[in-house]
Amino acid sequence: MNEKIRLINDDGLRVDGRKPDELRPIKIEAGVLDNADGSAYVEWGNNKVIAAVYGPREVQPKYLQNSAKAIVQVNYNMAAFSGDDRIRPGPNRRATEISKITAEALENVILTNQFPRTSIDVFIEILEADAGTRCAGLTAASVAVADAGIPMIDLVPSCAAGKADDQVVLDVGKLEDNIGQADLPVAYVPRTGEIVLLQMDGHLTRDEFEKALNMAIEACKDIHALQQEALKSRYSPQKEGGDAE
Amino acid sequence: MKRTVIPEIKKELIHKLATEDTREDGRSLLQFRELKFETGIIGTANGSSRLSLGGTEIIVGVKVQVGTPYPDKPDQGVLMTGCELKPMAHPSFQGGAPSEEAIEIARVVDRGIRESGMIDMHKLCIEPEKKVWMIYLDIQVLNYDGNLFDAATMAGVLALHNARILDINNPEGEKVPLPITSWPLTVTFVKIKDSIMVDPTFTEERIANARLTISMDDNGDIRAMQKGLNGALIYDDAIRAMDTARELTFDLRARLQNNP
Repeated sequence: MNEKIRLINDDGLRVDGRKPDELRPIKIEAGVLDNADGSAYVEWGNNKVIAAVYGPREVQPKYLQNSAKAIVQVNYNMAAFSGDDRIRPGPNRRATEISKITAEALENVILTNQFPRTSIDVFIEILEADAGTRCAGLTAASVAVADAGIPMIDLVPSCAAGKADDQVVLDVGKLEDNIGQADLPVAYVPRTGEIVLLQMDGHLTRDEFEKALNMAIEACKDIHALQQEALKSRYSPQKEGGDAE
Repeated sequence: MKRTVIPEIKKELIHKLATEDTREDGRSLLQFRELKFETGIIGTANGSSRLSLGGTEIIVGVKVQVGTPYPDKPDQGVLMTGCELKPMAHPSFQGGAPSEEAIEIARVVDRGIRESGMIDMHKLCIEPEKKVWMIYLDIQVLNYDGNLFDAATMAGVLALHNARILDINNPEGEKVPLPITSWPLTVTFVKIKDSIMVDPTFTEERIANARLTISMDDNGDIRAMQKGLNGALIYDDAIRAMDTARELTFDLRARLQNNP
């Protein structure tokens, strides 16, 4: 059915000119909002995502509080103007699910036992969507948590791999997401080697899955470096040469 | 928002400064904060803008879609303005359904734009009773430091001017601007004790007795007004505000137009 549109050309390049294992350009900035305790802005291809963090603070509503640790509450939301059609404001099933898995991923790295009876509230706004918003959202959210000064084991980079024209590809783009064969969002904690978010839809063989997962994990390591860089340039007093040896 | 407490000592300072025609941030009473903006920042929107007024920061996205007209206006397009005050923008904002404040802001912005006649609603008609352009103007506050009315109106007007839609007569050709001409703007005043000031910060809004927003068209005529908060204004306040708003909107409009 989709035979007419080719996602990978004879030179092995994808519709946007990327190689199969190439990420879209990613830009991360930490500390972009005044009122939030921590915040981050991520541009990832045409995705534009802003994340804000409050906390640890009083739990709202109160009955949710946990006497042993902080709870992590995430609100993922797509702005009305972020998609092809206008999106009706307010929660929907998709946003609810993404909020939940993002919170679970962050809980893995935040030292929640240090802040019993409190809440760490994360707000993710997708300002412009271009496939892979949950990965961009989680990538931004973890930088925002760090920017808020909340102790955590590590940052959580996230990236999707997938399948288009029978090939495993990294960082699935919009067209590939719409007519491609699989999408596999992954979040990976480099310090512990743990995978804290894993979803998939589409069709992958066992070998393809392994290849895609490895590709996504390698990309997460690259994104992790960008996240660290964003935090460093926010907090170093003067501009440093960075890691450029 | 109601829970935020402003220390008495700060109130006294603001009162005292106001009698000397100045404020905490060094402005005079009738001076706006620094204004910065850019347009066309959201690729998925027909038009968009990002605007900051001092510490207040707003993104407006305009989506234009085909829909059915209202039965009582079968040959006119539709404008829908929405505003959400998300927890991201201020710790006192709650998630969930739009608050009273958010609804008031959306309606005041909408009224200023609608009543000015900025948009030629008849030209948005594609096929009477069947198809018209629907303009959705969504206001997203990123950081709240007072005066959302003026910031949202300016950002909204910029985004509308930035918007491009399909040319009905030539669908293959280049996209065309919306049928709009003018630049309606608002100026918001607050009264603190006996002083009147424009473009209030968060702190100034919290301690104000009364608020007045005036929408003005290109000619400096009044197109809409909204008084807020539980305090009162006197006759002279309103008249002086009118004259000030007129002057300030001329200045603001020139700044918005010179920076396309």
